[in-house]
Amino acid sequence: MPLTDQELKDLSRTAAKVRRDMVDVTGWSGGAHIGGSLSMADILVLLYWKYMRIDPAKPDWEDRDRFVLSKGHGGMGHAVVLANRGYFPMEDLKSFNETGSKLGMHLDSHKAVGCEISTGSMGHGLCQAVGLALGARVLKKDWRTFVIIGDGESDEGSIWEAAMSAAHYKTGNLIAFLDRNHYMIDGNTEKIMSLEPFADKWRAFGWETIEVSGHDLKALSGAIEFALDYKKGPVMLLCETVKGKGVDFMEGKAAWHYGGLGADLVEKAKASIGEG
Amino acid sequence: MAKAESTVTWTVYDALKMSAREIYGVVLTDLGGVNPNIVGLSADLAKSTQIGAFGDKFPDRFFNFGIAEQNMFGVAAGMAKAGLLPFVSTFSAFASMRACEFLRTDICYQNLNVKVIATHGGTSFGSAGSTHHAFEDLSIVRAFPNLTVIVPADGFETAQAVKKCMDINGPVYIRIGRGFEPSAYAAEDDTFEIGKAVEMHPGTDITVIACGPTVFQALEAAKILQTDGGVSVRVLNMHTIKPIDKEAILKAVTDTRRILTVEDHNVIGGLGSAVADVIAGSGKGCAFEKVGIPDVFTPHGYPEDLMHLYKTDTDGIIEKVREILGRDFEADEDWEDEV
Ligand SMILES: Cc1ncc(C[n+]2csc(CCOP(=O)(O)OP(=O)(O)O)c2C)c(N)n1
Ligand SMILES: [Mg+2]
Repeated sequence: MPLTDQELKDLSRTAAKVRRDMVDVTGWSGGAHIGGSLSMADILVLLYWKYMRIDPAKPDWEDRDRFVLSKGHGGMGHAVVLANRGYFPMEDLKSFNETGSKLGMHLDSHKAVGCEISTGSMGHGLCQAVGLALGARVLKKDWRTFVIIGDGESDEGSIWEAAMSAAHYKTGNLIAFLDRNHYMIDGNTEKIMSLEPFADKWRAFGWETIEVSGHDLKALSGAIEFALDYKKGPVMLLCETVKGKGVDFMEGKAAWHYGGLGADLVEKAKASIGEG
Repeated sequence: MAKAESTVTWTVYDALKMSAREIYGVVLTDLGGVNPNIVGLSADLAKSTQIGAFGDKFPDRFFNFGIAEQNMFGVAAGMAKAGLLPFVSTFSAFASMRACEFLRTDICYQNLNVKVIATHGGTSFGSAGSTHHAFEDLSIVRAFPNLTVIVPADGFETAQAVKKCMDINGPVYIRIGRGFEPSAYAAEDDTFEIGKAVEMHPGTDITVIACGPTVFQALEAAKILQTDGGVSVRVLNMHTIKPIDKEAILKAVTDTRRILTVEDHNVIGGLGSAVADVIAGSGKGCAFEKVGIPDVFTPHGYPEDLMHLYKTDTDGIIEKVREILGRDFEADEDWEDEV
């Protein structure tokens, strides 16, 4: 069912709140992967507040949908979403990156409640997501597996090994989002290692591939609903996004892949995001 | 192979302001001007590892493979076969583990002239956590035949290692930190020799053998133990893990009878194990202990806190030295026969 106007309003506000919190954590922690956290914020909000069958009070519920952040350096953004969704106290975000904290740059599934899979080294998450999807099939469970991949991350050979295996085994219960924000650390993806024609690659690897905005909640939710209904094999939602989305001085700037924010920039960034 | 002498000389001022990886970038750029066969390779970490400095100067000899370490190491092997001298840079965790078999089979098996500069070694990437800590890399790469393995103590020694690895016609793995570690040296020491340990502090009661960031910590500990406790600690900077300086180790066993190894690495397979192999093979007895990461996955945290946790910092080394000195092992009256 398409988003109602009220849902759209609520989710937009949630997305703005989540983005402002990402900015705060970046300020508190001394530095974080803010660019790629902001670019995937809308995808995460739709998954965690609308589409995933989850219960934050029961993170081990066996029938829950599984989520894997394959681009594990977005751990800060993921942690903000998990806290806002009630997996652990918001207060925990204040010690992000600190010695002894449950939360650091790349989330540890033993420590961060709600984090299914420890990631951080690029090109591991999709493989594990395929494993989760095949696991559901063998166990005759109907939970679905969702995974977010980075565009730079897609340079890794293991992404394509995983892609091939998902298509081969026709994992109709696996939905991937590609955070196509056009930047990796050293610059624009097409300049460092070209990915285009990217959608064609995924199609050639046997994935039902949809190109969609990663920020237009209505369009994105339509694509997710298509993917949920599609059972013949894995679906790739190739999401066109903006690195640093929401913060005017970060948008599309490679330098904001990772960075710190002083108090004044935190305020500027939050003002730029607004209330949603 | 043409030898290249770097023309860069480091003033204390510069090097103390620069991280080891920045120094590496500058030295490599300088070497690149002398040796036209040098090529630089990175995997979306040109800036982070500082090999990008070389790329800025020699864009036609610099290749960024995107986030694809396995391919990068394979390509480096091919380039070396073609007659080039590739310098490959990524984080230690990815150089040793992601690209592991490409390093082992393509580069080491074929004994190719490829230099690997692995940055962010040990726990130096603190808050990034276990995925980005490399506390098993020395253990892994030490087992590759043909490979020389170097862990410079600081930026000054990194400059020396990068220059002198050019003299070896074969693969070299140089492991450096993130660059915020204090310097063990006050200036570049031209007498640096691959495979030859450096006595950084004289001593007769115990020898602390260290590499990388623990050299500075061991030195501090030695100074404090000397003034506060009258304990005479020899500090050996074992910058080359392979081939290891057997002579220096056995001399330390004979002279001090107590050996403590300290490394920002798992206690399994790294510096401590390499030293233990030498001691065990010699038939000489001594008190021996390894300090390092006790075979656990490391948490997120500031690097200095992690070194404190694992007792690889000054305090930890002092504590361990005192503990070993308190042991009553010399009751063994056959000691003289053994050494
Ligand atoms: C195997 C591996 N190599 C290198 C890195 C270092 N690294 C962290 S983030 C990153 C760039 C990621 O780019 P992208 O996937 O496009 O992420 P996003 O733009 O969404 O932040 C790199 C190279 C890593 N984490 N893992
Ligand atoms: Mg990207």
